Amino acid sequence: MSIQRSDDFEKRSVHLKNLTDEELDRRFWELADKIVEPLIDLAKANTSPSIERSVLLRMGLDSSQAGSIVTKAVEHGLLGKGAGNIVLTYAKMNSLTLEKAVEELAVGKGWEALVSNFRGGDRNAAR
Amino acid sequence: MLPVNEKLRVEEILKDLEHYVPKRKGWTWRKKLPEGTKVDGFYYDEISEPLKNSVGLPASHYFDNIDPQPDPVITSEIASGRFEDDVRRMRMAAWHGADHIMVIRTLGQSHIDGLIEGTPEGIGGIPITRKQLRATRKALDIIEEEVGRPINFHSYVSGVAGPEIAVLFAEEGVNGAHQDPQYNILYRGINPLRSFVDAAVAKKIMASVDMLQIDGAHNANASAKRAWKVMPELLVQHAINCVFSVKAGMKKDLISLSTVPPVVSPAPEFKLNFIYALTVRELFKEYRFRAQMNTRYIESDLVDATRIHVLDTLISRLTKADIQSTITPDEGRNVPWHVNSIRGVETAKHTLVALDGIKDLLKVNEEVVRPSIRELKMRAILMMEEILEVGGYFEAAEKGFFVDNGLYPERNGDGIARPKDGGIGAGTVIPRDADYFAPVCEHFGYNRIPEGLSSPDEPIGGCTLHDRAKIKYIDELDESDNVNLRITQQLEDREKGLISPEVEWWGDGWVQLDMTIPDDPEHSEAAAIEIAKRMGFTDASVISKTILHPVEGTYLELKARVPFKIERDSLQLPQKPDLLSEEEITAFIDEHPMRVVAGTVGNDEHSVGIREILDIKHGGIEKFGFKYTYLGTSIPPEKFIDAAIETGADAILVSTIITHNEVHVDNMTKIAQLAVEKGVRDKVIIISGGTQITNDLAVSCGMDAGFGRGTKGINVASFLVKKKRDLLR
Repeated sequence: MSIQRSDDFEKRSVHLKNLTDEELDRRFWELADKIVEPLIDLAKANTSPSIERSVLLRMGLDSSQAGSIVTKAVEHGLLGKGAGNIVLTYAKMNSLTLEKAVEELAVGKGWEALVSNFRGGDRNAAR
Repeated sequence: MLPVNEKLRVEEILKDLEHYVPKRKGWTWRKKLPEGTKVDGFYYDEISEPLKNSVGLPASHYFDNIDPQPDPVITSEIASGRFEDDVRRMRMAAWHGADHIMVIRTLGQSHIDGLIEGTPEGIGGIPITRKQLRATRKALDIIEEEVGRPINFHSYVSGVAGPEIAVLFAEEGVNGAHQDPQYNILYRGINPLRSFVDAAVAKKIMASVDMLQIDGAHNANASAKRAWKVMPELLVQHAINCVFSVKAGMKKDLISLSTVPPVVSPAPEFKLNFIYALTVRELFKEYRFRAQMNTRYIESDLVDATRIHVLDTLISRLTKADIQSTITPDEGRNVPWHVNSIRGVETAKHTLVALDGIKDLLKVNEEVVRPSIRELKMRAILMMEEILEVGGYFEAAEKGFFVDNGLYPERNGDGIARPKDGGIGAGTVIPRDADYFAPVCEHFGYNRIPEGLSSPDEPIGGCTLHDRAKIKYIDELDESDNVNLRITQQLEDREKGLISPEVEWWGDGWVQLDMTIPDDPEHSEAAAIEIAKRMGFTDASVISKTILHPVEGTYLELKARVPFKIERDSLQLPQKPDLLSEEEITAFIDEHPMRVVAGTVGNDEHSVGIREILDIKHGGIEKFGFKYTYLGTSIPPEKFIDAAIETGADAILVSTIITHNEVHVDNMTKIAQLAVEKGVRDKVIIISGGTQITNDLAVSCGMDAGFGRGTKGINVASFLVKKKRDLLR
């Protein structure tokens, strides 16, 4: 995997030698931008258990409720909908307060109904 | 405000934490004073607003106790495992000039997928929980009021729970954090995809409350075997995190590069460190700099660590540092102790103030540095070109591009290789569906907000960043490991008035001993431990050894425990001198002129101390109108008495050093006896002084009083006037 290579700086840097200081700096930042662009695109289009727990925390759930709900969302293949979205949808489906919806989902109630509700929604389209 | 003579009571801090609201959010820089600001006759170019309460540098009493505060923020890393003791140390550090308190997390927290709650004890750091953060922030809010400068509270948004930790920090008034997905990947073995996906969300939340970010590139320096070889890579790592952070929503002036001088002496360090520092600051001129001390080479020798840190800080002043970090000089021995946290802050403050304006005194030799700066930049550019050639960041990380001990493009083949689909949390990154929705504000990335909503958090009536009442506070989850249990000893000791020494935790009993043993290191170590045992200490161990010569001597430092406590009320404190006012003394001498004879006795040529007591120039007794006859140095006892009789002196001032064979005792006793023999003892006041003289020692030798280190003319004058009044009665 890792390679060994002796210092071929002189040969490798021929195309940079005649650049001015400003041109070198510009080149440095252009390359950094190119490396980062796909990383940012990846982050925009994806989520993770920690991201979804962080959303639930900001909705006023405690860390243990947030943990249970995200674990169940992963198990039911629903994390791509957003954990907050799941809680809101469940509350709306059953005319529950947010607190009540959280309580039920955290103990494992209602997940099958949620799966059917979300079925038909576009999958992975954000990619 | 907490009265300065009262202890910070952790039980008070823990009260009603559930409802505590941090005073402010966001990062605060020091308020720089204009160039040429005058402080006690000196002009400073790089200082900031002074503190209300502080402890100055050791020599400050020669300069009217000024304590100029340099312009960079100064960091102190404080995390012993018990936050309830750390807050007391934070108060100490703030008084010495730290305004950035960095709390390292407990071992292994970065691998916990979720939040910890309560106040469990940590190992080599603090388990970061809502309660610990809130209690620490509350303590810092009290401390910053006391010193009169905002204190930035800082910890780490890393590991597999980054976004949650970021939310916690944003809610609890944490002002700065380390965040760098590359750190997770390279040093924590966390899945590369997960690290970057989580990082963007965490960064956006941090940005929403103006939290300052510090990156993690300096760890390459600490990890590589040959740290000076990773310089091109450091530039690349800094750039990746900077650009990623800006794209995630952070402002450039709240992104701070963590940068470390790569080598130390015996390498010719400035030829490398200075060039590197210039290069990184030139390339990243739009960003901030946190100058970290070099930890890579710290051994157990505190003085060596201090030398390294002074030179590191010289680099900061010669280039630029917005934040000057400090590392405790004992990092190579143990989890840092109170005193060493303070020493670290003092080293930074001392060096920064000492070098005030240095850049105006010196000029960088462009001709010499420019080719080297260009070469470093080119090496970094070449590395980025190859990263793109192999397919991008993930492919490069997989091929071990990073922390390779070759000076890129040289490759040593020993880099840290991290596969894209491996590591902790692999397979947990999930695509957001088209109907993905997160009903919170400041959420990075794709978010399909349902039609008709003015903000994403409208369906929940505002998220916790706007409606604090929504935050769920969990107090304790573990009945056997929490602060309430840990502080019972502290509360009991305080109530009973018991004192024991401590290095990090309340009354932990640890002390440090040092000694030189005239033997080889092995025998010296064994002897030192045996000596500590016979002195009554327990748990003695050697924490540092310095070879003075392979057989002639070894200097050792030990730690050991004191197996008892002291009752505070039983302590006998030396009486504080009861001084008369200058006016009262002058008025008395006006009415009753007094004359003294003075000199150093025996074989003592040290005249500085006695001259300070006598001369008007040094605030000596002459200032109050006393007349004196200075007899000189190494005066025999007889001559003091004869001179006193001859000049009709009211008092004799005898200056003496402490000698090995008690000659000073003989001399004092002799003077007292001679005075009796010549019939003048009840007319002449006789006092002695010297750095190691105590009143008790002098009186036991027949003197009227004794004066030790720190004595000023007014102490002696007060005593002479009071004694003369008694004689006149």
